[in-house]
Amino acid sequence: MGYISTTERERKEMLHEIGVSSIDSLFQDIPEQLLLSGNLNLPEALSEPELHTLIRKIESRNTCITSFTGGGAYHHYVPAVVDQLSLRSEFYTAYTPYQPEVSQGTLTAIFEFQTMICRLTGMEVANASLYDGATALAEAALMSMRINGRKKIVISNTIHPHYRAVLKTYAWANDCPIIETGFSEGVTDQSRTEKHVDDETSAVIVQSPNFFGIIEDIPPLAEIAHRRGALLIAVVAEPLSLGMLKSPGALGADIVCGEAQSFGNYVGFGGPYLGILAARKEHLRKVPGRLVGKTVDMEGNESFVLTLQTREQHIRRERATSNICTNQGLCALRTIIYLSLLGNRLRDLARLNHRLASHLMQRLSGRGFERVFTGPFFNELVMRIGNARDVHERLKKKGFILGIPLDGYYPSLSDCLLICCTETVSPEEINDLIAALE
Amino acid sequence: MVIFEKNRKGTAGFTVPSWDIDEWDEIPETSLADSLELLEVSEVDVVRHYTRLSRMNFGVDSGMYPLGSCTMKYNPKINEKIAQLDGFLNCHPLSGDRLSQGCLEILYLLNEYLCEITGFDRFTLSPAAGAHGELTGVMIIKKHFEKIGEERTHIIIPDSAHGTNPASVSMCGFEVREVPSKDGDVDIEHLADMVDERTAAMMLTSPNTFGLFDRNSIEIADILHRKGALFYCDGANLNALMGKARITDMGFDMMHINLHKTFSTPHGGGGPGAGPLGVVDSLKGYLPVPLIGKDDRGYFLDENLPDSIGRMHSFYGNFLVILKAFAYIRTLGPAGIVAVAENAVLNANYLLARLKNDFHLPIDRLCMHEFVISDRNFPNGITTNDIAKRILDYGFHAPTVYFPLTVQGAMMIEPTETESKEELDRFVETMQQIKREAIEEPDTVKRAPHRTPVRRVDAVLASRKPTLIWEEDKDKSPTG
Repeated sequence: MGYISTTERERKEMLHEIGVSSIDSLFQDIPEQLLLSGNLNLPEALSEPELHTLIRKIESRNTCITSFTGGGAYHHYVPAVVDQLSLRSEFYTAYTPYQPEVSQGTLTAIFEFQTMICRLTGMEVANASLYDGATALAEAALMSMRINGRKKIVISNTIHPHYRAVLKTYAWANDCPIIETGFSEGVTDQSRTEKHVDDETSAVIVQSPNFFGIIEDIPPLAEIAHRRGALLIAVVAEPLSLGMLKSPGALGADIVCGEAQSFGNYVGFGGPYLGILAARKEHLRKVPGRLVGKTVDMEGNESFVLTLQTREQHIRRERATSNICTNQGLCALRTIIYLSLLGNRLRDLARLNHRLASHLMQRLSGRGFERVFTGPFFNELVMRIGNARDVHERLKKKGFILGIPLDGYYPSLSDCLLICCTETVSPEEINDLIAALE
Repeated sequence: MVIFEKNRKGTAGFTVPSWDIDEWDEIPETSLADSLELLEVSEVDVVRHYTRLSRMNFGVDSGMYPLGSCTMKYNPKINEKIAQLDGFLNCHPLSGDRLSQGCLEILYLLNEYLCEITGFDRFTLSPAAGAHGELTGVMIIKKHFEKIGEERTHIIIPDSAHGTNPASVSMCGFEVREVPSKDGDVDIEHLADMVDERTAAMMLTSPNTFGLFDRNSIEIADILHRKGALFYCDGANLNALMGKARITDMGFDMMHINLHKTFSTPHGGGGPGAGPLGVVDSLKGYLPVPLIGKDDRGYFLDENLPDSIGRMHSFYGNFLVILKAFAYIRTLGPAGIVAVAENAVLNANYLLARLKNDFHLPIDRLCMHEFVISDRNFPNGITTNDIAKRILDYGFHAPTVYFPLTVQGAMMIEPTETESKEELDRFVETMQQIKREAIEEPDTVKRAPHRTPVRRVDAVLASRKPTLIWEEDKDKSPTG
């Protein structure tokens, strides 16, 4: 019971060694009136087979059907290698690598992860990962405030609504004003953004591809920010796009943050995922979270270690760059294994995603769906159809989730669906979807 | 060696489907990258590389991992198996309540179990880690005083607190005030002088970071509540208390729990964890959105919480981690939960009893689930760091070192309930052996570790000249 490895007899010997007569006397510091007398009101213990049956039953109450849903969580194929390797218990049963001599596996993988994130984002430093895309965005905003000592953030409302919501929570706690700018034609409105940016502005934040799947024009926005001494933070919620699109770094971003779930992590009802945060080298000491650096051991062998820890809470306490303690180590491991396998083929996969999505768009256009924004998109786009909610519900009954109804997020986009297509949907399944629309 | 050194042009570890579909909508050239220079490695090379790396790691499955305050207990394999069921892995977070009833049921029931164990009225499962739960908690403290219109400026934290406590406090604009400890408890007289109408809250780890139950818990709660301040419990050490006493009975108003500690979900080499936050009824309205509701149509995501601090996570927290904690509680049942706490405390006291003759014990009391010893009076200038490194040579992970900060040269040892007596005895013998070595052959200890995949790592060099990414020109490697 409770995975306990001692026997009753051993426990008696141990009590004897301690010099007490019962386990209860070990709890003597707890005042009598606080000790529970009865049992907890929890379900009785289950054997492993019973537990498995119960969980399978609960699992069956989920309905997994052909999904065209994205919106910050992407169905991508996870190669078997990723699952197998990340189940090596030397990885997943370890803690944060505080003792580098017995943690070189984790440390090397994170160092590789940092390198890969820099290559993809066009940045010079990346941390060991954060909780998820939304919290990475909030941390990036706080980081920009530390860099330039300003407090105001101008954020495009084409950014994922949940990311904006999390930023608002963090900003409220920090007493920082957040200004949302609008969009036109599905992309951030540049002139409205420009009006909001002033000498108090710490950063302008834009997501590309944005929540509508549209590729934003980052350089003019970066220029608007830089002209007033603010930073440009680029958000990436679908990192597969980095396989074919210009990196945010090449487009003028100072900090890149976002979500890396797409790289070898399942949608898993929203978590665990992993946030990414990368920046230019000059901002290194303002980066929150864990960083792994290269060094040598006493015999001169290449080795890796957690570094620049004086930024962190366990040393700096209330003056730390963030309260963040751990990263999402295992998700980062899955990510680096995935990216190692895919390598330069990531470009082919990105192209396939774009081709599938544009094919789907074309097919839906022939079925009364109307493309809402004309800008170029990656693997996701907004389409309008009369009675969108009804169409959406009807398709569910036929075995398809046709994206996300947008009316809950943007009242102006009623009758609009945010539709995504990845390599997990085959051309045959697209045919089936179109047939189901008949 | 890093994976980039395995780069061989012309190999690949993955084949992309070659479906014949037209590209209808072109992305303009100006948006496209010219090329992608990641790497090219074969599947076999990837597998060999990461298998090799795994063998340079030490996990709970490798051996005892007495890392204090981290509760490195055994991670049951059935929980991993369950968390790989397709119906959970492929359930999209935005697929709507009706299609995700299974996931919602897990979240709903885990909230109920955690409430029963701790006494709180409602938990949010959104926080992705303990520190994230803390941050959520401090935000709720801020919101509470904002709502009732009181200006409260500071939060009190013991000198023995985890570093995340003060860091979370300052992320919410509060000032940190430190209260000293006395004989392992909060200095209650000092505290009484500190608490006033500007005190928003006090955060206390229970049992505290000395591994002791603060004997003044009830009085502390009274002092705070008399001035209208809230009492926050850092629940990192819940393993010692669950089933034995309820956190709310001690007067706490809120608490975060580390599912990856107490409830056996693996630490993953630094995450993902999960840090649910529980609150008493009067603070329920401030919890982040969404919460899980239930009505006659089933479970649903409840976003309609007008007084909520807002959203804290992209979606609903680390669901697959939460699922493992759910499975653990169902495996244990009520009696198993108590057995965990009792055996965690028994194992720790047994180690303490056997080690205290050879090691300096700053506070000599029976402990809870962990205890602190130090390197004081250790011969030949051997330090805690040396001892920790030498422990690695004997097939154990090291304890938490130099924490809490109030004990010089601290070693914080938490064996957890899942270690056998045989393993505990072997650890004691190892510690005694290291003591002998410190006297007879101090250099062996000072130059430890000797048997690990790499020798003692130069952390100073790493921070003096930070190299944070691999660069080809610096590290000549065979490519092409």
